[in-house]
Amino acid sequence: MLELKNLSYSVRNDDGTELPILNNINLTIEDNKLVVFTGPNGGGKTTLAKAIMGLIQPTSGEIFYDGINITHMSITERARLGISYGFQQPPRFKGMTVRNLLCIASGNANLPAQQCCAYLAQVGLCANDYLDREVDTSLSGGEVKRIEIATVLARKGSMMIYDEPEAGIDLWSFARLTETFAELHKKHESTMIIISHQERIIGLADEIIVVANGSIRHRGDKDAILPLILADTLADCAITKECSIK
Amino acid sequence: MNKLTQELNTIDEIDAELLEKIADMLDKPAGAINIRKNGGCAARVSTEHIKIDSRTDGHEGIDIRILPGTKNETCHIPVVMTRNITDAVYNDFYIGEDCDVTIIAGCGIHNSGCGTSQHDGIHTFHIGKNSRVHYVEKHYGEGDGNGTNIMNPQTIVYLAEGSSIHMDTAQIGGIDSTKRYTRFECSDGAEAVVTERLLTHGTQSAHSDMDLVLNGVDSKGRVISRSVAKENSVQVFHPNVIGNNACFGHVQCDSIIMDQGRVESIPAVTANNTDAQLIHEAAIGKIAGDQLLKLMTLGLTEEEAEDRILKGFLA
Repeated sequence: MLELKNLSYSVRNDDGTELPILNNINLTIEDNKLVVFTGPNGGGKTTLAKAIMGLIQPTSGEIFYDGINITHMSITERARLGISYGFQQPPRFKGMTVRNLLCIASGNANLPAQQCCAYLAQVGLCANDYLDREVDTSLSGGEVKRIEIATVLARKGSMMIYDEPEAGIDLWSFARLTETFAELHKKHESTMIIISHQERIIGLADEIIVVANGSIRHRGDKDAILPLILADTLADCAITKECSIK
Repeated sequence: MNKLTQELNTIDEIDAELLEKIADMLDKPAGAINIRKNGGCAARVSTEHIKIDSRTDGHEGIDIRILPGTKNETCHIPVVMTRNITDAVYNDFYIGEDCDVTIIAGCGIHNSGCGTSQHDGIHTFHIGKNSRVHYVEKHYGEGDGNGTNIMNPQTIVYLAEGSSIHMDTAQIGGIDSTKRYTRFECSDGAEAVVTERLLTHGTQSAHSDMDLVLNGVDSKGRVISRSVAKENSVQVFHPNVIGNNACFGHVQCDSIIMDQGRVESIPAVTANNTDAQLIHEAAIGKIAGDQLLKLMTLGLTEEEAEDRILKGFLA
């Protein structure tokens, strides 16, 4: 179980004033649930996910994972506890092959080709074409993104966090990816947090959490939340509303 | 377990360890062999197709003659130094037409004293028509004293029509000072591909000059340089691809700098013919923070992540 208690994060502006990004977030996510974080750009979704992985240190508040206070643990320690993370914009590595990355991710330096192949197939990539390719600029954005997701699958973590897995991926691969998420969820072996705006992914969720202005604006199941998201679309900004009426 | 010490009575444990590092020799390899140790010959084997003889012009070194049509054969010619000497060696390779061979060189220095060990290996290749050569060399130094290890390799390659060389050269650590010069001259349809990998640390310095001269019609050249400069070390690269005919040339230099390391990268292309297509690119930077973070999310510590990134980069 993941518990966030009074979690806040802020940064300092150039003029020294404090800019809040996350405001006193309290959230509990039960084991093996599939939860989607959604909400407007700049609302705090990625920051919240990064705080769970330890990629940023919250200004105040606490994070518990399976009852252990992980607030001050390093990224490595959290990874070894079973938390894994798929970056929205994954880095590229000159000289590092897809096979190397999958071996590191799985913790098995001699991960059999067949197993690598299975992880790549889950993201719609053919191992023969990719296994010995370097994860460098010769790969497209969508290819790197799918390899990134494969490394998270290879972690076999008890918690998987994916930051906009659909970004940059073509429609065919996206369909394969949603199937993979659905299959994983069916196995009931990992908690999944997926940051997404895609209805197909939202449709897989046990719970949807709408993060906006650094707070949790709504939470509930698909039927309850989707109408609220639509209602919110124009509610926030008077100018947008006015322009739309014209 | 390294079997070389049992197979060759001139090779001791330290030599064997060096030979494993620089030439992956765990036992006596098949094919032609010449092991140079402390300025002398520790082992020599010629084969039916590859003949190795001492030079007769007064210079130290060997002549290696590979008969035309020799295919899938190897020639190991490593050098080990465990005493403080200065050793200048001239090795000439005469490779006949239509060959396909692998030549493994390399130099390892074990310097346990306070003196200087210096090896200057001057290699000249004459590659016959339509022959393919894979040339591998690794340079490595070690020692528990305050001694200085110096290597100044020179490699000159003349490629006849339709021939090719793939040269993998690596300095894997422990060399305090190196000045390298590499030159290729390509005739019609010839191709030279060179991959240079250099790791420096401490106060080491490395200077590498390279000229890849594309004289022939449809000749091709590619220079791939990857280097890591750690601590206070300094590196200077100056690869130049010269197109004198309708040809294709590409230079790519990538360096990672760490700590107070410094790298000067000066890739150059010189076109003396309107049909010469030449490209160069160079990049220098530290290890990207997002690369470290990614590997840490995969369970590696920051140090392990750094090590893996460097290993991959120099692999």
